[in-house]
Amino acid sequence: MIGLLSYLVFFATVAAILSIAVLGLNLQWGNTGLFNGGVVAFFGAGGYGTLILGGTPQADHLGGFALPYLIALSGGMAIAGLLAWGVGILTLRLRHDYLAIATFGVAVAFENLMRNAEGLAGGAKGLRGFERPLRQALGDGFTYNLLFLIFVLGLLIATYIFLERLIRSPYGRLLRAIREDETAAMSLGKNPARIRLAAFIAGSVIMGLAGGLYATFYAFISPQDVLPILTFQIWAMLIVGGAGNNKGAVMGTFLIWGAWTASGWGLSRFAPLEVQLYTGSLQFILIGVVIVGMLLWRPQGLFEEKLVVSQSGRAKHLKQQGVRE
Amino acid sequence: MIQNLVDGVLVGSILSLGAIGLTMAMHMLRFANFSHAELLSIGAYSALVFDGLFEVIYPALGSAIGPLSLTWALSLAIILSMVITGASAVLIDRLIFRRVRAKGGELSMVFASFGVAMIIRNILGLIFGLGSQLYSKDIVFAMAISRDPLLLIKPDQVFSLVAALIIMIILHLILSRTTFGYALRAVAENPTLAQVSGINLSRMILLIWIIGGGLAAAAGVFYGLSNQINPVLGRDLVLPIFAATIVGGIGSVYGAVLGGFLVGIASNLALVVLPSGYSPSVPFLIILAVLMVRPTGLFGEERL
Repeated sequence: MIGLLSYLVFFATVAAILSIAVLGLNLQWGNTGLFNGGVVAFFGAGGYGTLILGGTPQADHLGGFALPYLIALSGGMAIAGLLAWGVGILTLRLRHDYLAIATFGVAVAFENLMRNAEGLAGGAKGLRGFERPLRQALGDGFTYNLLFLIFVLGLLIATYIFLERLIRSPYGRLLRAIREDETAAMSLGKNPARIRLAAFIAGSVIMGLAGGLYATFYAFISPQDVLPILTFQIWAMLIVGGAGNNKGAVMGTFLIWGAWTASGWGLSRFAPLEVQLYTGSLQFILIGVVIVGMLLWRPQGLFEEKLVVSQSGRAKHLKQQGVRE
Repeated sequence: MIQNLVDGVLVGSILSLGAIGLTMAMHMLRFANFSHAELLSIGAYSALVFDGLFEVIYPALGSAIGPLSLTWALSLAIILSMVITGASAVLIDRLIFRRVRAKGGELSMVFASFGVAMIIRNILGLIFGLGSQLYSKDIVFAMAISRDPLLLIKPDQVFSLVAALIIMIILHLILSRTTFGYALRAVAENPTLAQVSGINLSRMILLIWIIGGGLAAAAGVFYGLSNQINPVLGRDLVLPIFAATIVGGIGSVYGAVLGGFLVGIASNLALVVLPSGYSPSVPFLIILAVLMVRPTGLFGEERL
């Protein structure tokens, strides 16, 4: 019983952390229409940043500044934001393909750098020497994990509320205006390039938060944690949940992460040994089929975006009924 | 150093072939197709299958041509694989891209292309196994072109380069001398106006996929000849090919050719200063450099 319970806590922690990343992507893609092909780079920047800033000093690689945990976590988020700023400033004024290609490239280069630069981040062996906060007071057991889950859920709720408020604010309307019709937004004196950059950085900082929490949870991060597949998983979560809808984003995360975990468990448990070699391939095909299938048959996702219509009169009436496309 | 330069030219010809198809599709359909590099994998593997098939049917075809490891069977297989890959590209467009295009925006297409890439790559892994394969197990020694500086080239590489150049010249003649070529350029300039002049847009899209697929297949086989064939071939080449299109300017066929060679040479020269572990990052650095200096690429036009 306690085994199942502690597994549920583990599952919920990872799913809640990924939900935060999906919310960050939703701000970029769902609300602003920015394509981020390298979610994992910003997630990883947050994770590596947190561990390097908050870890104990290590002989063989940089880091171990042993900063207080919350400062380290914020530092990780800031590093993710800086990375986003660098990519965004180069690509956001261009055709949107460029952002897709450049962010995809960032993810490849980030993983490559972390794998090779041993002096920076421990190379392929990963980054060790991080002590989970309050470990001495709480120990390593179930209590710690439960409290950590509560901490993560608290941050998830905080992120959720922040984003909900943001998209309902005039600024959120502005983001959607740019997504729908950039020229119209410009004609009203708005500067789409600057606003897109701000939304891109904000979304990446949220992904950095998720990465920082993920690395804290395992007290370890290695290049294996920043492989491209994570980007695709996070997309699948958003597309299934419904781009533009924060509730859908969280639901989609739990759904896809559940399906991913269950398929991995099912294959390792029931499939013959020679098939098990291909567990990864089968799961990747699954994610690919989910992405393509959703785009083909239900592009709005399970929970579609609720259109917020600010017009009075008929539009207000429609809004109360929940307008469909 | 000179060896790196020579290797760069050889890799560059492969990237050029891949980038031509990508840049045409990106220009015409206006989306970054991340599954384009998987067409190289499809080409490489279908050539492997036909190669084996021909050798079984006509064992005489299994003999190598001159100093090459390339056999008659494989050279026939290349042509068939170009056809098959072109057909696959059309099929993928019909099954997926055309439907997504009808439903959603350009960025939905980019998402879809990632999904397609993952499906193709892993299905190839399921069919052919995750390990590497070779067209020929015979070891072909590299020839020393010169001793000082030491310069080694495999005969297969020379063949690949020459064949790639011939394919590019044929494409150039088609684009510049035939009605189809004019029609294609007209569509790229202004699709609406081209349609008014009686050009069938959906037929043009079909032809672009066939050409893109065919060139990608050739690139895949040439890559397999000088390296190995494995399911992650597409994953490894997708970024260099994108770099080539961006260097050349999205939409420019000649830019793609030049971009391919530039990226190939730059990636290989970078290995003079960088440890080889960093080579996957080099295309990204090239993309960054182009975006900083000249975002439209060498021959691209500003188009938002």
